[in-house]
Amino acid sequence: MRHVISLLIENEAGALSRVTGLFSARAYNIESLTVAPTEDPSMSRITIVSIGSDDIIEQITKQLNKLIEVIKVVDISEAAHIERELMLVKVRATGKDREEMKRMSDIFRGRIIDVTETTYVIELTGNTAKLDSFIEAIDRTLILETVRTGVCGIGRGDRILKI
Amino acid sequence: MVLTGAEIVIRCLQEEKVEYVFGYPGGSVLFIYDEFFKQDKVRHVLVRHEQGAVHAADGYARSTEKVGVALVTSGPGVTNAVTGIATAYMDSIPMVIISGQVPTAYIGQDAFQEVDTVGITRPCVKHNFLVKDVRELASTIKKAFYLAQSGRPGPVLVDIPKDISATKCEYAYPKSVAMRSYNPVIKGHQGQIKKAVQLLLEAKRPMIYTGGGVILSDAADKLAKLVRQLGFPVTNTLMGLGGFPATDKQFVGMLGMHGTYEANMAMQHCDVLLAVGARFDDRVIGNPANFAEVPRKIIHIDIDPSSISKRVKVDVPIVGDLPDVLDDITKLIAASGDRPDEKAVKAWWKQIEEWRGKDCLKYDRKSKIIKPQFVVEKLYEVTKGEAFVCSDVGQHQMWAAQYYKFDKPRRWMNSGGLGTMGFGLPAAMGVQLAHPGAPVACVTGEGSIQMCIQELSTCKQYRLPLKIVLLNNGYLGMVRQWQQLFHGNRYAESYVDALPDFVKLAESYGHVGMKIEKPGDVEGALKEAFKRKDDLVFMDFAIDPTENVYPMVQGGKGLTEMILSEEL
Ligand SMILES: Cc1ncc(C[n+]2csc(CCOP(=O)(O)OP(=O)(O)O)c2C)c(N)n1
Repeated sequence: MRHVISLLIENEAGALSRVTGLFSARAYNIESLTVAPTEDPSMSRITIVSIGSDDIIEQITKQLNKLIEVIKVVDISEAAHIERELMLVKVRATGKDREEMKRMSDIFRGRIIDVTETTYVIELTGNTAKLDSFIEAIDRTLILETVRTGVCGIGRGDRILKI
Repeated sequence: MVLTGAEIVIRCLQEEKVEYVFGYPGGSVLFIYDEFFKQDKVRHVLVRHEQGAVHAADGYARSTEKVGVALVTSGPGVTNAVTGIATAYMDSIPMVIISGQVPTAYIGQDAFQEVDTVGITRPCVKHNFLVKDVRELASTIKKAFYLAQSGRPGPVLVDIPKDISATKCEYAYPKSVAMRSYNPVIKGHQGQIKKAVQLLLEAKRPMIYTGGGVILSDAADKLAKLVRQLGFPVTNTLMGLGGFPATDKQFVGMLGMHGTYEANMAMQHCDVLLAVGARFDDRVIGNPANFAEVPRKIIHIDIDPSSISKRVKVDVPIVGDLPDVLDDITKLIAASGDRPDEKAVKAWWKQIEEWRGKDCLKYDRKSKIIKPQFVVEKLYEVTKGEAFVCSDVGQHQMWAAQYYKFDKPRRWMNSGGLGTMGFGLPAAMGVQLAHPGAPVACVTGEGSIQMCIQELSTCKQYRLPLKIVLLNNGYLGMVRQWQQLFHGNRYAESYVDALPDFVKLAESYGHVGMKIEKPGDVEGALKEAFKRKDDLVFMDFAIDPTENVYPMVQGGKGLTEMILSEEL
């Protein structure tokens, strides 16, 4: 099962490597990982997408909690939550493809944020499935480059991760 | 007051009432050593290899309820220390390791004797710090001591760049530590404790299984109270020996790969299992799938939530400090006025006695060659069960665990988790320094002892009158045993040729050496050795090279699939 684990961690040098080191040392899987400081700069928030059985996810949460610098851990995918990911795609945009790219970008509510005579850079946000389907929908041979941030997520309504 | 970083280090150690620091100097810690030179409150013990320093600090910690402290230089000093740190980490030993680092400005430049100490040690410490600002040095050391001994204990490393130890700043030792990200639980959940009590009182075939946590948290007294109140059988893991008196009728011996028949059978067939400060590891329950074949209710008390339901599913998890939780359970049972199901428990004991009747630890007592079991039994008798016993890793370790009956906690020191050959001798040094005048034995093999043999020199310098009991079988015995049983008798590289003359070797270090070759001489030699209160005596016992450790559960098999002896 796919899980989205969110954690608050002290914003200290080396803290991130404790988290990633834990995953590799215990052979847990990381699908994606995002990290940045929160509104309180002494803390960072990490979102990890991992795939594993319930037992493994339980261990992952416990092991993360055990790290001295980790302040709080929740599996936000246990209940209603929102996930977003940002993707930048550089595509070839010449001739009839130029119009087609613009159209696809509009359909997926993307924005073209860089334009040259031959290329576009399209910015797209959404959940992982939406970004995947954009890639599926356009002509693969026109993709020059893609970059994705990985998932960040937040609980709906009253579910709040805060200290 | 304004002090240099090096002065601050010493001040902090004094504040923490550190008696001994085990260490080895080098470039990046010279300022710190300079401060050692100027005071005599904290004593420094100069080992002969950094691995020895960490094991010695570890032995010191295991045999007391204090934190062990080691000091090493950057680069090779640290890498040499890693085995010791990992050993302590696997067994949750409270320890602070201070390491020197190249000056801050040189970090990352492949400077002379630079290694990424924080990176190398990260997976084998409870936590580590690189101090980049001298103003944070005192609070970091305070945190290190706090982390090392609170919650589930473990080694904590503080890496100090050379320039930091020379820089001055205002010094004040913090009185307390508050960390928003670290708050170990003490009190067990009352609802869970109630559930546990109910299960225990309803049990028909109860079993109590306790591990190293009982020793580390000084919970032996509370455990004994509960065990006696309930009248249930109890087993200890290799790490938990001494957690319950081995000479007590309710003790059914150690369990696990080389556990007793009765302990393993009872563990498998019980209907309610109370696990206390133990972690169901592979050497203890064998294959979890086989373990799950007989359904049982499991209550698990541990300070570390991640130890619970890691390898086996637990029905009643209780996170908390063992003495506290055990006390709660005992009191709740007393208050309830209920008693365990006496009829059922009596029938269960009858079954256990039947298993015990197999006498699985019997061996050939008429042998003309010295049997290792006999040596350990005599060691037990001669020391009246009062010795501190440190062991290395191999067959001798298992014989020591099986045949020396530990009635008290903190008397048995061995590397259970990492299985580090070379642990025994340096650990024994730490134990002897912590307990001057007490009998300290190091049970070892000719393979293991050579992994830290250089520490015989340290023993001479500090006049440590250890008694080394070398069970010399000429083989890396435990490896040979596996090769005999599982690799068609092909003894690949397990015969140790060209052994030194250990008597002469001991003598060359200025100690007393003895060679014992006949069973009739064993007791006399041990008596003589322990009489020599001021000398380190190195006893080289020529034991039966073909002897194996039984019972044995093969790795990956179920607990009850025991090989009991050669014939079976
Ligand atoms: C540092 C290290 N290297 C290798 C091993 C693997 N190993 C486990 S037991 C053993 C043999 C130990 O031989 P010895 O010390 O002579 O003890 P014996 O088994 O003969 O009693 C070995 C090599 C280990 N545990 N530790």
